[in-house]
Amino acid sequence: MADALRAYGLIVAMWVRSTMAYRASFAMTTLGNFAATAFDFVAILLMFSHVDALGGYSLPEIAFLYGTTSTAFGLADLVMGSMDRLGRRVRDGTLDTLLVRPVAVLAQVAADRFALRRLGRVTQGLMVLAYALWTLDVEWTAAKAAMVPMMLLCGGAIFASVFVAGGAFQFFAQDAAEVQSSFTYGGNTLLQYPPSIFAKDLVRGVTFVVPLAFVNWMPSLYVLGREDPLGLPGWFALLPPVVAAGCLGLAGLAWRVGLRSYRSTGS
Amino acid sequence: MRLYAVVAAGGFRRYATYRVATAAGVFTNTVFGFILAYTYIALWDERPQLGGYDQSEALTYVWLGQALLMACAMMGGGFEDELIERIRTGDIAIDLYRPADLQLWWLAGDLGRAAFHLLGRGIVPMVLGALAFDLALPASPWIWAAFLLSVALGVVVSFAVRFLVSLSAFWLMDGAGVMQMCWLAGLFFSGMLLPLSLFPGLLGEVARALPWSSLLQVPADVFLGKHTGWGLLQVYAFQGGWALALLAAGRMLQSVATRRVVVQGG
Repeated sequence: MADALRAYGLIVAMWVRSTMAYRASFAMTTLGNFAATAFDFVAILLMFSHVDALGGYSLPEIAFLYGTTSTAFGLADLVMGSMDRLGRRVRDGTLDTLLVRPVAVLAQVAADRFALRRLGRVTQGLMVLAYALWTLDVEWTAAKAAMVPMMLLCGGAIFASVFVAGGAFQFFAQDAAEVQSSFTYGGNTLLQYPPSIFAKDLVRGVTFVVPLAFVNWMPSLYVLGREDPLGLPGWFALLPPVVAAGCLGLAGLAWRVGLRSYRSTGS
Repeated sequence: MRLYAVVAAGGFRRYATYRVATAAGVFTNTVFGFILAYTYIALWDERPQLGGYDQSEALTYVWLGQALLMACAMMGGGFEDELIERIRTGDIAIDLYRPADLQLWWLAGDLGRAAFHLLGRGIVPMVLGALAFDLALPASPWIWAAFLLSVALGVVVSFAVRFLVSLSAFWLMDGAGVMQMCWLAGLFFSGMLLPLSLFPGLLGEVARALPWSSLLQVPADVFLGKHTGWGLLQVYAFQGGWALALLAAGRMLQSVATRRVVVQGG
């Protein structure tokens, strides 16, 4: 484990050095990353130029949901965002090079082409979160305040395990990287809006099947003092660490099964 | 002419080869369609008739966006990476010696790509959307035909923009930055985020006048029957005008750029 983390760190440092060789290009793509993700929030602002509430939630409340999921997703994307390149490596056979190195394959794949420009997304998420915390009308308690960093960390871990599980899926599907996007990017978009606007079955699905609801919905309902549309008990808000640990475990298992089944390309 | 038809067919077949990737894309478009549809329902529940659409028209707009996303390349995708790479490496010199027009060659290939994406990634999400929600599908076959013509014009406008941007690689060598600006503009001004009629004041007017509105907003309004008779001819003239102007600009830039090409040889 320590070896894998060290290898991850070294590969990351190498990619950071290589992107820093072209500073102008780095600045431009980081800004582009920032702008691209900011458009989602611009769309929400445009919506709120016509309405005062969406699904019964005010703009600061939606900004809170948006900021927490975007930051959590941004962190996972920063650390694990290269997993979707795995399908390409399986197809062209370059995964073999990673297998012969004496370093955990997962660490190598995750650090492959590490892109520091993804900080653009994290920055944007944090800015919206700061705006939300500034404008929210909530009676803050120690428990509520502690929820916010917990959401970012556990949410990041939940998204990271979706990335790993998606990577494991690529061993079988090979060129289905987009299926992964619908759970990662799609999940992120979903969680930017309040659960009250979605069909109950969809909310059940992201609570119990792909447990994305624990990234921010469940703890946010507690922070914002909102009713859960599914009527689940209040202690669900405290579950994210448990769910995150479970997700990471399952994703690690899926990764092992995927890697074991890997057969190199041939003609 | 026959040559370009073959190139277009090649473009179609090239994308048709990746069946699993297409299925994965359909899945993604459908997931995003559902998420957006629910947010639009929440929005139109608050404000019925927002932007001149009723709720089922707004939902139709969502699914049209998912169906046309790849065909009209609103977030990029298609030939531009390849063309930029050929310019950067100098392979473009070989293309220029071919007995085919550079711009028409890439246009033909892109039309083939768009045709495949319209069929492969457009129809299934639209059908699933129509099953799950109450969509405003046009009854008259003429509107469907008018819609297809508008989509075709939108694809040409999209191509012309991306071709222009790719040519910038003759000067910049690295096209990643401009390409990103290009797809950001496409995402924002095509109406993919929200219908352009919901954009406030001057921003909305500017957005509707820019070429990117040809990619989604105009075809969607044709589909929803917002343009008929003379109005329909007007929007065709709008799309066609942008297509011609941008293609002409691309042609001019191309002739300036090709004079810069230095063929190294031994």
